[in-house]
Amino acid sequence: MAGLLSKERTIAGPGFTRWLIPPCALATHLCIGQAYALSVFNLPMTRQLGVTHSIPGDWRLTELGWIFTIAIFVLGASAALFGKWVQAVGPRKSGFVAALCWGIGFLVGALGIKTHQLWLVYLGYGVIGGCGLGIGYITPVSTLISWFPDRRGMSTGMAIMGFGGGALIASPLSDFLMRHFATPTSTGVVQTWIVLGIVYLLFMMGGAFGYRVPPDGWKPAGWVPPPEKAKTLITQHNVTPGDAVKTPQFWLLWVVLCFNVTAGIGVLGQASAMIQEMFKGRIAPSAAAGFVGLLSIFNMGGRFGWASLSDKIGRKATYMCFFAIGTAMYALVPLTGKIGSPALFVACFCVIISMYGGGFATIPAYLSDVFGTKYVSAVHGRLLTAWSAAGVLGPVLVNYIRQFQIDHGIPKNQAYNITMYIMAVLLVIGFFANLVVKPVAERYHERTVPVGGPGDRRVTV
Amino acid sequence: MTTPNEARPTSRSGNGIKLTLAWLAVGVPLLWGVVETLRKAMALFA
Repeated sequence: MAGLLSKERTIAGPGFTRWLIPPCALATHLCIGQAYALSVFNLPMTRQLGVTHSIPGDWRLTELGWIFTIAIFVLGASAALFGKWVQAVGPRKSGFVAALCWGIGFLVGALGIKTHQLWLVYLGYGVIGGCGLGIGYITPVSTLISWFPDRRGMSTGMAIMGFGGGALIASPLSDFLMRHFATPTSTGVVQTWIVLGIVYLLFMMGGAFGYRVPPDGWKPAGWVPPPEKAKTLITQHNVTPGDAVKTPQFWLLWVVLCFNVTAGIGVLGQASAMIQEMFKGRIAPSAAAGFVGLLSIFNMGGRFGWASLSDKIGRKATYMCFFAIGTAMYALVPLTGKIGSPALFVACFCVIISMYGGGFATIPAYLSDVFGTKYVSAVHGRLLTAWSAAGVLGPVLVNYIRQFQIDHGIPKNQAYNITMYIMAVLLVIGFFANLVVKPVAERYHERTVPVGGPGDRRVTV
Repeated sequence: MTTPNEARPTSRSGNGIKLTLAWLAVGVPLLWGVVETLRKAMALFA
Protein backbone atom coordinates (compact mmCIF):
# COMPACT_ATOMS: atom_id res chain seq x y z
CA MET A 1 0.00 0.00 0.00
CA ALA A 2 2.86 2.37 0.90
CA GLY A 3 4.32 1.91 -2.58
CA LEU A 4 0.99 2.49 -4.21
CA LEU A 5 0.68 5.83 -2.45
CA SER A 6 4.21 7.03 -3.12
CA LYS A 7 4.80 10.17 -5.12
CA GLU A 8 6.93 8.26 -7.64
CA ARG A 9 3.95 6.03 -8.56
CA THR A 10 1.90 9.11 -9.46
CA ILE A 11 4.21 10.54 -12.13
CA ALA A 12 2.13 10.80 -15.29
CA GLY A 13 3.07 8.77 -18.33
CA PRO A 14 3.07 9.98 -21.93
CA GLY A 15 -0.35 10.83 -23.30
CA PHE A 16 -1.81 11.78 -19.96
CA THR A 17 -4.13 14.75 -20.22
CA ARG A 18 -3.89 17.40 -17.51
CA TRP A 19 -7.67 17.97 -17.68
CA LEU A 20 -8.09 14.79 -15.61
CA ILE A 21 -6.59 16.55 -12.58
CA PRO A 22 -9.31 19.16 -11.88
CA PRO A 23 -12.04 16.49 -11.43
CA CYS A 24 -9.81 14.77 -8.84
CA ALA A 25 -9.34 18.06 -7.02
CA LEU A 26 -13.08 18.69 -7.22
CA ALA A 27 -13.77 15.22 -5.80
CA THR A 28 -11.77 16.21 -2.72
CA HIS A 29 -13.12 19.73 -2.34
CA LEU A 30 -16.79 18.91 -3.06
CA CYS A 31 -16.67 16.50 -0.10
CA ILE A 32 -14.87 18.68 2.44
CA GLY A 33 -17.03 21.64 1.39
CA GLN A 34 -19.79 19.92 3.34
CA ALA A 35 -18.46 21.88 6.34
CA TYR A 36 -20.35 24.95 5.14
CA ALA A 37 -23.62 22.99 5.33
CA LEU A 38 -23.12 21.67 8.87
CA SER A 39 -25.81 24.00 10.18
CA VAL A 40 -28.54 21.82 8.59
CA PHE A 41 -27.95 19.41 11.50
CA ASN A 42 -28.25 22.09 14.19
CA LEU A 43 -31.95 21.89 14.92
CA PRO A 44 -32.31 18.07 14.66
CA MET A 45 -29.31 17.69 16.96
CA THR A 46 -30.97 19.87 19.60
CA ARG A 47 -33.71 17.24 19.88
CA GLN A 48 -31.71 14.03 19.73
CA LEU A 49 -33.30 12.83 23.00
CA GLY A 50 -36.73 14.39 22.62
CA VAL A 51 -36.90 13.68 18.84
CA THR A 52 -39.96 15.91 18.22
CA HIS A 53 -38.88 18.66 20.61
CA SER A 54 -35.95 19.48 22.90
CA ILE A 55 -36.08 18.00 26.39
CA PRO A 56 -33.79 18.53 29.40
CA GLY A 57 -30.43 16.91 28.60
CA ASP A 58 -30.64 17.70 24.90
CA TRP A 59 -27.75 19.70 23.42
CA ARG A 60 -28.07 23.48 23.08
CA LEU A 61 -27.32 25.41 19.88
CA THR A 62 -24.42 27.21 21.57
CA GLU A 63 -22.79 23.85 22.39
CA LEU A 64 -23.32 22.61 18.85
CA GLY A 65 -21.81 25.78 17.37
CA TRP A 66 -18.45 24.64 18.71
CA ILE A 67 -18.36 21.68 16.32
CA PHE A 68 -17.94 24.03 13.34
CA THR A 69 -15.63 26.38 15.21
CA ILE A 70 -13.29 23.52 16.19
CA ALA A 71 -13.34 22.09 12.66
CA ILE A 72 -12.40 25.43 11.07
CA PHE A 73 -9.73 26.08 13.67
CA VAL A 74 -8.23 22.61 13.12
CA LEU A 75 -8.46 23.18 9.35
CA GLY A 76 -6.13 26.18 9.60
CA ALA A 77 -3.86 24.54 12.16
CA SER A 78 -3.50 21.25 10.30
CA ALA A 79 -2.94 22.97 6.95
CA ALA A 80 -0.13 24.96 8.57
CA LEU A 81 1.27 21.94 10.42
CA PHE A 82 1.06 19.36 7.62
CA GLY A 83 1.65 21.67 4.62
CA LYS A 84 5.28 20.66 4.27
CA TRP A 85 4.40 16.97 4.57
CA VAL A 86 1.65 17.31 1.94
CA GLN A 87 4.18 18.90 -0.41
CA ALA A 88 6.74 16.16 0.25
CA VAL A 89 4.54 13.05 -0.08
CA GLY A 90 2.50 14.20 -3.06
CA PRO A 91 -1.24 14.41 -3.69
CA ARG A 92 -2.13 10.72 -3.65
CA LYS A 93 -0.90 9.96 -0.15
CA SER A 94 -2.15 13.24 1.32
CA GLY A 95 -5.49 12.84 -0.50
CA PHE A 96 -5.74 9.31 0.90
CA VAL A 97 -5.08 10.55 4.45
CA ALA A 98 -7.54 13.43 4.03
CA ALA A 99 -10.21 10.95 2.87
CA LEU A 100 -9.57 8.72 5.87
CA CYS A 101 -9.72 11.63 8.32
CA TRP A 102 -12.88 13.11 6.79
CA GLY A 103 -14.71 9.76 6.54
CA ILE A 104 -13.63 8.50 9.97
CA GLY A 105 -14.42 11.92 11.45
CA PHE A 106 -18.04 11.47 10.40
CA LEU A 107 -18.19 7.92 11.75
CA VAL A 108 -16.70 8.91 15.14
CA GLY A 109 -19.08 11.88 15.21
CA ALA A 110 -22.01 9.55 14.49
CA LEU A 111 -20.93 7.38 17.41
CA GLY A 112 -20.87 10.51 19.59
CA ILE A 113 -24.40 11.45 18.51
CA LYS A 114 -25.66 7.90 19.02
CA THR A 115 -24.20 7.68 22.56
CA HIS A 116 -24.99 11.37 23.24
CA GLN A 117 -21.36 12.20 24.03
CA LEU A 118 -20.72 15.67 22.67
CA TRP A 119 -16.97 15.46 23.28
CA LEU A 120 -16.88 12.55 20.87
CA VAL A 121 -18.58 14.69 18.21
CA TYR A 122 -16.04 17.46 18.83
CA LEU A 123 -13.25 14.91 18.52
CA GLY A 124 -14.71 13.15 15.46
CA TYR A 125 -15.98 15.95 13.24
CA GLY A 126 -14.03 18.81 14.82
CA VAL A 127 -10.54 17.37 15.32
CA ILE A 128 -10.26 14.27 13.07
CA GLY A 129 -12.54 15.71 10.39
CA GLY A 130 -10.82 19.10 10.80
CA CYS A 131 -7.49 17.45 9.90
CA GLY A 132 -9.21 16.00 6.82
CA LEU A 133 -10.39 19.51 5.95
CA GLY A 134 -6.93 21.06 6.30
CA ILE A 135 -5.00 18.33 4.51
CA GLY A 136 -7.68 17.92 1.83
CA TYR A 137 -7.88 21.66 1.19
CA ILE A 138 -4.20 22.06 0.31
CA THR A 139 -3.70 18.63 -1.31
CA PRO A 140 -4.50 19.57 -4.93
CA VAL A 141 -3.05 23.10 -4.93
CA SER A 142 0.56 22.35 -5.79
CA THR A 143 -0.38 19.62 -8.28
CA LEU A 144 -2.79 21.90 -10.13
CA ILE A 145 -0.24 24.72 -10.33
CA SER A 146 2.35 22.26 -11.69
CA TRP A 147 -0.06 21.09 -14.40
CA PHE A 148 -1.41 24.55 -15.22
CA PRO A 149 1.50 27.01 -14.94
CA ASP A 150 -0.21 28.98 -17.69
CA ARG A 151 -3.57 29.13 -15.85
CA ARG A 152 -2.74 29.01 -12.16
CA GLY A 153 -5.72 31.08 -11.10
CA MET A 154 -8.27 29.18 -13.14
CA SER A 155 -7.02 25.75 -12.06
CA THR A 156 -6.87 26.41 -8.32
CA GLY A 157 -10.07 28.45 -8.60
CA MET A 158 -11.80 25.41 -10.06
CA ALA A 159 -10.74 23.22 -7.12
CA ILE A 160 -11.55 25.77 -4.46
CA MET A 161 -14.87 26.39 -6.19
CA GLY A 162 -15.60 22.80 -5.15
CA PHE A 163 -15.26 23.80 -1.51
CA GLY A 164 -18.00 26.37 -2.04
CA GLY A 165 -20.05 23.94 -4.11
CA GLY A 166 -19.80 21.14 -1.54
CA ALA A 167 -22.37 22.86 0.63
CA LEU A 168 -24.80 23.09 -2.27
CA ILE A 169 -24.74 19.30 -2.54
CA ALA A 170 -24.50 18.48 1.17
CA SER A 171 -27.40 20.64 2.26
CA PRO A 172 -30.19 19.04 0.16
CA LEU A 173 -28.54 15.61 0.41
CA SER A 174 -28.45 15.75 4.23
CA ASP A 175 -32.02 16.99 4.30
CA PHE A 176 -33.12 14.10 2.07
CA LEU A 177 -31.20 11.50 4.11
CA MET A 178 -32.53 12.75 7.45
CA ARG A 179 -36.11 12.60 6.17
CA HIS A 180 -35.43 9.11 4.81
CA PHE A 181 -34.02 7.77 8.08
CA ALA A 182 -36.26 9.65 10.51
CA THR A 183 -38.62 7.50 12.56
CA PRO A 184 -40.91 8.35 15.51
CA THR A 185 -37.97 7.47 17.79
CA SER A 186 -35.05 8.91 15.79
CA THR A 187 -34.13 12.16 14.05
CA GLY A 188 -32.13 10.20 11.47
CA VAL A 189 -28.97 12.25 12.09
CA VAL A 190 -26.83 9.25 13.15
CA GLN A 191 -27.66 7.23 10.04
CA THR A 192 -27.17 10.30 7.85
CA TRP A 193 -23.68 10.89 9.26
CA ILE A 194 -22.76 7.23 8.69
CA VAL A 195 -23.92 7.36 5.06
CA LEU A 196 -22.16 10.69 4.46
CA GLY A 197 -18.96 9.39 6.05
CA ILE A 198 -18.89 6.32 3.79
CA VAL A 199 -19.88 8.19 0.62
CA TYR A 200 -17.30 10.94 1.21
CA LEU A 201 -14.61 8.39 2.02
CA LEU A 202 -15.18 6.54 -1.26
CA PHE A 203 -15.52 9.69 -3.36
CA MET A 204 -12.36 11.25 -1.94
CA MET A 205 -10.47 7.97 -2.39
CA GLY A 206 -11.46 8.04 -6.06
CA GLY A 207 -10.00 11.54 -6.33
CA ALA A 208 -6.83 10.61 -4.42
CA PHE A 209 -6.05 7.67 -6.71
CA GLY A 210 -6.73 9.75 -9.81
CA TYR A 211 -4.02 12.33 -9.03
CA ARG A 212 -0.91 12.39 -11.19
CA VAL A 213 2.06 14.73 -10.98
CA PRO A 214 3.85 15.92 -14.11
CA PRO A 215 7.36 14.59 -14.85
CA ASP A 216 10.25 16.93 -13.98
CA GLY A 217 10.59 19.74 -16.48
CA TRP A 218 7.13 19.21 -18.00
CA LYS A 219 5.34 22.24 -19.36
CA PRO A 220 2.25 22.71 -21.54
CA ALA A 221 2.91 22.39 -25.26
CA GLY A 222 3.89 25.74 -26.73
CA TRP A 223 3.95 27.53 -23.38
CA VAL A 224 6.96 29.67 -22.57
CA PRO A 225 7.36 30.98 -19.02
CA PRO A 226 7.04 34.77 -19.01
CA PRO A 227 10.41 36.51 -18.63
CA GLU A 228 11.09 37.68 -15.09
CA LYS A 229 11.08 41.48 -14.98
CA ALA A 230 12.41 43.57 -12.14
CA LYS A 231 9.02 44.94 -11.14
CA THR A 232 6.76 41.96 -11.76
CA LEU A 233 5.51 39.90 -8.85
CA ILE A 234 5.77 36.62 -10.75
CA THR A 235 9.02 34.95 -9.84
CA GLN A 236 10.83 31.96 -11.32
CA HIS A 237 12.58 31.45 -7.97
CA ASN A 238 11.36 29.53 -4.95
CA VAL A 239 11.17 30.51 -1.30
CA THR A 240 11.09 27.73 1.31
CA PRO A 241 8.14 27.77 3.76
CA GLY A 242 10.51 28.56 6.62
CA ASP A 243 11.88 31.59 4.81
CA ALA A 244 8.49 32.65 3.44
CA VAL A 245 7.14 33.38 6.92
CA LYS A 246 10.13 35.66 7.53
CA THR A 247 9.21 37.91 4.64
CA PRO A 248 6.93 40.97 4.92
CA GLN A 249 5.12 39.72 1.81
CA PHE A 250 3.81 36.67 3.68
CA TRP A 251 2.34 38.77 6.48
CA LEU A 252 0.93 41.34 4.09
CA LEU A 253 -0.86 38.54 2.24
CA TRP A 254 -1.94 37.13 5.62
CA VAL A 255 -3.65 40.46 6.35
CA VAL A 256 -5.09 40.56 2.82
CA LEU A 257 -6.68 37.10 3.21
CA CYS A 258 -7.72 37.60 6.83
CA PHE A 259 -9.56 40.89 6.22
CA ASN A 260 -11.13 39.76 2.97
CA VAL A 261 -12.43 36.62 4.71
CA THR A 262 -13.46 38.48 7.89
CA ALA A 263 -15.64 40.80 5.85
CA GLY A 264 -17.46 37.89 4.20
CA ILE A 265 -17.60 35.21 6.86
CA GLY A 266 -19.43 37.30 9.45
CA VAL A 267 -22.11 38.16 6.93
CA LEU A 268 -22.51 34.59 5.68
CA GLY A 269 -23.37 33.36 9.17
CA GLN A 270 -25.89 36.14 9.79
CA ALA A 271 -27.31 36.63 6.28
CA SER A 272 -30.74 35.19 7.00
CA ALA A 273 -31.29 37.18 10.21
CA MET A 274 -29.80 40.34 8.70
CA ILE A 275 -32.12 40.55 5.69
CA GLN A 276 -35.16 39.81 7.84
CA GLU A 277 -34.25 42.42 10.44
CA MET A 278 -33.27 45.12 7.97
CA PHE A 279 -36.48 44.68 5.96
CA LYS A 280 -38.87 43.68 8.72
CA GLY A 281 -42.21 42.40 7.48
CA ARG A 282 -41.10 42.37 3.84
CA ILE A 283 -38.83 39.29 3.82
CA ALA A 284 -40.33 35.97 4.94
CA PRO A 285 -38.10 33.25 6.47
CA SER A 286 -38.42 31.19 3.27
CA ALA A 287 -37.25 34.16 1.19
CA ALA A 288 -34.36 34.67 3.64
CA ALA A 289 -33.39 31.01 3.16
CA GLY A 290 -33.50 31.66 -0.59
CA PHE A 291 -31.15 34.61 -0.06
CA VAL A 292 -28.67 32.35 1.77
CA GLY A 293 -28.87 29.87 -1.13
CA LEU A 294 -28.22 32.64 -3.63
CA LEU A 295 -25.17 33.75 -1.64
CA SER A 296 -23.83 30.17 -1.75
CA ILE A 297 -24.05 30.19 -5.54
CA PHE A 298 -22.23 33.52 -5.77
CA ASN A 299 -19.67 32.26 -3.26
CA MET A 300 -19.01 29.28 -5.52
CA GLY A 301 -19.16 31.17 -8.82
CA GLY A 302 -16.88 33.92 -7.50
CA ARG A 303 -14.21 31.36 -6.74
CA PHE A 304 -13.95 30.24 -10.34
CA GLY A 305 -14.76 33.57 -11.98
CA TRP A 306 -12.44 35.88 -10.04
CA ALA A 307 -9.57 33.38 -9.93
CA SER A 308 -9.81 32.90 -13.71
CA LEU A 309 -9.90 36.67 -14.21
CA SER A 310 -6.73 36.96 -12.11
CA ASP A 311 -4.86 35.04 -14.84
CA LYS A 312 -5.67 37.95 -17.18
CA ILE A 313 -5.36 41.02 -14.95
CA GLY A 314 -2.92 39.75 -12.30
CA ARG A 315 -3.44 38.77 -8.65
CA LYS A 316 -2.63 42.17 -7.19
CA ALA A 317 -5.15 43.92 -9.44
CA THR A 318 -7.77 41.29 -8.61
CA TYR A 319 -7.41 41.92 -4.87
CA MET A 320 -7.49 45.67 -5.55
CA CYS A 321 -10.91 45.06 -7.14
CA PHE A 322 -12.05 43.05 -4.09
CA PHE A 323 -11.06 45.76 -1.66
CA ALA A 324 -12.19 48.77 -3.70
CA ILE A 325 -15.54 47.33 -4.81
CA GLY A 326 -16.06 45.64 -1.43
CA THR A 327 -15.56 48.91 0.45
CA ALA A 328 -18.10 50.64 -1.79
CA MET A 329 -20.60 47.79 -1.37
CA TYR A 330 -20.33 47.70 2.44
CA ALA A 331 -20.71 51.47 2.60
CA LEU A 332 -23.81 51.16 0.40
CA VAL A 333 -25.58 48.50 2.50
CA PRO A 334 -26.91 50.88 5.22
CA LEU A 335 -28.33 53.03 2.43
CA THR A 336 -30.26 50.06 1.01
CA GLY A 337 -31.97 49.72 4.40
CA LYS A 338 -32.65 53.46 4.55
CA ILE A 339 -34.29 53.59 1.12
CA GLY A 340 -35.98 50.20 1.72
CA SER A 341 -34.55 48.36 -1.29
CA PRO A 342 -34.11 44.62 -0.64
CA ALA A 343 -33.13 44.15 -4.31
CA LEU A 344 -30.15 46.51 -3.93
CA PHE A 345 -29.28 44.86 -0.60
CA VAL A 346 -29.27 41.42 -2.24
CA ALA A 347 -27.20 42.71 -5.18
CA CYS A 348 -24.60 44.25 -2.84
CA PHE A 349 -24.19 41.04 -0.86
CA CYS A 350 -24.04 38.84 -3.94
CA VAL A 351 -21.08 40.91 -5.17
CA ILE A 352 -19.48 40.93 -1.69
CA ILE A 353 -19.78 37.15 -1.31
CA SER A 354 -18.47 36.49 -4.81
CA MET A 355 -15.33 38.40 -3.78
CA TYR A 356 -15.16 36.51 -0.49
CA GLY A 357 -14.99 33.27 -2.47
CA GLY A 358 -12.70 34.87 -5.04
CA GLY A 359 -10.27 35.79 -2.27
CA PHE A 360 -9.92 32.17 -1.20
CA ALA A 361 -9.53 30.92 -4.75
CA THR A 362 -7.00 33.49 -5.93
CA ILE A 363 -4.61 33.28 -2.98
CA PRO A 364 -2.81 30.03 -4.01
CA ALA A 365 -1.94 31.54 -7.40
CA TYR A 366 -0.86 34.78 -5.69
CA LEU A 367 1.42 32.77 -3.38
CA SER A 368 2.91 30.83 -6.28
CA ASP A 369 3.59 34.12 -8.10
CA VAL A 370 5.33 35.64 -5.09
CA PHE A 371 7.07 32.63 -3.49
CA GLY A 372 7.42 30.28 -6.47
CA THR A 373 5.60 27.05 -7.24
CA LYS A 374 7.88 24.54 -5.50
CA TYR A 375 6.57 24.92 -1.95
CA VAL A 376 3.22 26.52 -2.66
CA SER A 377 1.13 23.95 -0.73
CA ALA A 378 3.26 24.37 2.38
CA VAL A 379 3.22 28.17 2.21
CA HIS A 380 -0.52 28.10 1.48
CA GLY A 381 -1.05 25.86 4.49
CA ARG A 382 0.67 28.38 6.75
CA LEU A 383 -1.29 31.27 5.29
CA LEU A 384 -4.58 29.51 6.05
CA THR A 385 -4.10 30.42 9.72
CA ALA A 386 -5.50 33.76 8.50
CA TRP A 387 -8.76 31.90 7.83
CA SER A 388 -8.81 30.57 11.40
CA ALA A 389 -8.33 34.11 12.72
CA ALA A 390 -11.02 35.48 10.42
CA GLY A 391 -13.36 32.67 11.49
CA VAL A 392 -13.28 34.14 14.99
CA LEU A 393 -13.01 37.84 14.09
CA GLY A 394 -15.83 38.00 11.51
CA PRO A 395 -18.71 36.51 13.53
CA VAL A 396 -17.55 38.34 16.68
CA LEU A 397 -17.61 41.70 14.89
CA VAL A 398 -21.05 41.11 13.39
CA ASN A 399 -22.75 39.53 16.42
CA TYR A 400 -21.28 41.54 19.27
CA ILE A 401 -21.51 44.95 17.63
CA ARG A 402 -25.12 44.23 16.63
CA GLN A 403 -25.94 43.26 20.22
CA PHE A 404 -24.12 46.33 21.58
CA GLN A 405 -26.14 48.55 19.27
CA ILE A 406 -29.46 46.95 20.26
CA ASP A 407 -28.55 47.21 23.96
CA HIS A 408 -28.01 50.94 23.42
CA GLY A 409 -31.47 51.48 21.95
CA ILE A 410 -30.65 51.35 18.21
CA PRO A 411 -33.58 49.85 16.21
CA LYS A 412 -32.88 46.33 14.89
CA ASN A 413 -33.11 47.44 11.26
CA GLN A 414 -30.19 49.84 11.85
CA ALA A 415 -28.18 47.61 14.18
CA TYR A 416 -25.86 46.41 11.37
CA ASN A 417 -24.90 49.85 10.06
CA ILE A 418 -21.82 50.34 12.24
CA THR A 419 -20.67 46.77 11.45
CA MET A 420 -20.91 47.49 7.73
CA TYR A 421 -18.75 50.59 8.11
CA ILE A 422 -16.20 48.61 10.19
CA MET A 423 -16.07 45.97 7.44
CA ALA A 424 -15.47 48.77 4.92
CA VAL A 425 -12.57 50.04 7.05
CA LEU A 426 -11.08 46.52 7.23
CA LEU A 427 -11.20 46.35 3.45
CA VAL A 428 -9.46 49.73 3.17
CA ILE A 429 -6.65 48.35 5.37
CA GLY A 430 -6.55 45.25 3.15
CA PHE A 431 -6.33 47.50 0.09
CA PHE A 432 -3.19 49.20 1.39
CA ALA A 433 -1.65 45.91 2.58
CA ASN A 434 -2.09 44.54 -0.95
CA LEU A 435 -0.82 47.76 -2.50
CA VAL A 436 2.58 47.50 -0.78
CA VAL A 437 3.22 43.86 -1.75
CA LYS A 438 6.52 43.86 -3.67
CA PRO A 439 8.66 41.01 -5.08
CA VAL A 440 10.46 38.99 -2.41
CA ALA A 441 14.04 40.11 -1.75
CA GLU A 442 16.67 37.99 -3.46
CA ARG A 443 18.23 36.89 -0.15
CA TYR A 444 15.13 34.78 0.55
CA HIS A 445 15.35 32.87 -2.75
CA GLU A 446 16.23 29.20 -2.44
CA ARG A 447 19.68 28.82 -3.89
CA THR A 448 20.57 25.61 -5.68
CA VAL A 449 24.01 24.82 -7.01
CA PRO A 450 23.85 24.53 -10.83
CA VAL A 451 23.20 20.96 -11.95
CA GLY A 452 26.49 19.16 -12.67
CA GLY A 453 28.52 22.08 -11.39
CA PRO A 454 31.14 21.89 -8.65
CA GLY A 455 29.54 20.84 -5.39
CA ASP A 456 26.28 19.88 -7.09
CA ARG A 457 24.19 18.42 -4.29
CA ARG A 458 20.96 20.14 -5.29
CA VAL A 459 20.33 21.18 -1.76
CA THR A 460 18.80 24.24 -0.27
CA VAL A 461 21.50 26.50 1.07
CA MET B 1 10.17 6.90 -11.62
CA THR B 2 7.27 5.80 -13.75
CA THR B 3 5.84 2.33 -13.49
CA PRO B 4 5.61 0.45 -16.77
CA ASN B 5 1.84 0.42 -16.48
CA GLU B 6 1.57 4.15 -16.03
CA ALA B 7 4.18 4.97 -18.63
CA ARG B 8 2.15 3.33 -21.37
CA PRO B 9 0.81 5.97 -23.74
CA THR B 10 -2.93 6.40 -23.44
CA SER B 11 -4.95 6.45 -26.62
CA ARG B 12 -6.95 9.54 -27.53
CA SER B 13 -10.26 7.67 -27.20
CA GLY B 14 -9.18 6.17 -23.86
CA ASN B 15 -8.46 9.66 -22.57
CA GLY B 16 -11.78 10.90 -23.91
CA ILE B 17 -13.75 8.22 -22.04
CA LYS B 18 -11.80 8.82 -18.82
CA LEU B 19 -12.29 12.57 -19.11
CA THR B 20 -16.02 12.24 -19.71
CA LEU B 21 -16.50 9.88 -16.77
CA ALA B 22 -14.35 11.97 -14.42
CA TRP B 23 -16.13 15.22 -15.23
CA LEU B 24 -19.56 13.54 -15.04
CA ALA B 25 -18.72 12.13 -11.60
CA VAL B 26 -18.15 15.59 -10.18
CA GLY B 27 -20.33 17.62 -12.53
CA VAL B 28 -23.61 15.79 -12.03
CA PRO B 29 -23.73 16.12 -8.20
CA LEU B 30 -22.59 19.74 -8.46
CA LEU B 31 -25.26 20.55 -11.03
CA TRP B 32 -27.90 18.85 -8.87
CA GLY B 33 -26.79 20.94 -5.89
CA VAL B 34 -26.92 24.17 -7.91
CA VAL B 35 -30.40 23.38 -9.27
CA GLU B 36 -31.73 22.51 -5.80
CA THR B 37 -30.27 25.71 -4.36
CA LEU B 38 -31.67 27.84 -7.17
CA ARG B 39 -35.11 26.32 -6.60
CA LYS B 40 -34.94 27.44 -2.96
CA ALA B 41 -33.57 30.81 -3.95
CA MET B 42 -36.63 31.41 -6.13
CA ALA B 43 -38.57 32.08 -2.89
CA LEU B 44 -36.63 35.33 -2.65
CA PHE B 45 -38.18 36.55 -5.88
CA ALA B 46 -41.70 35.17 -5.29
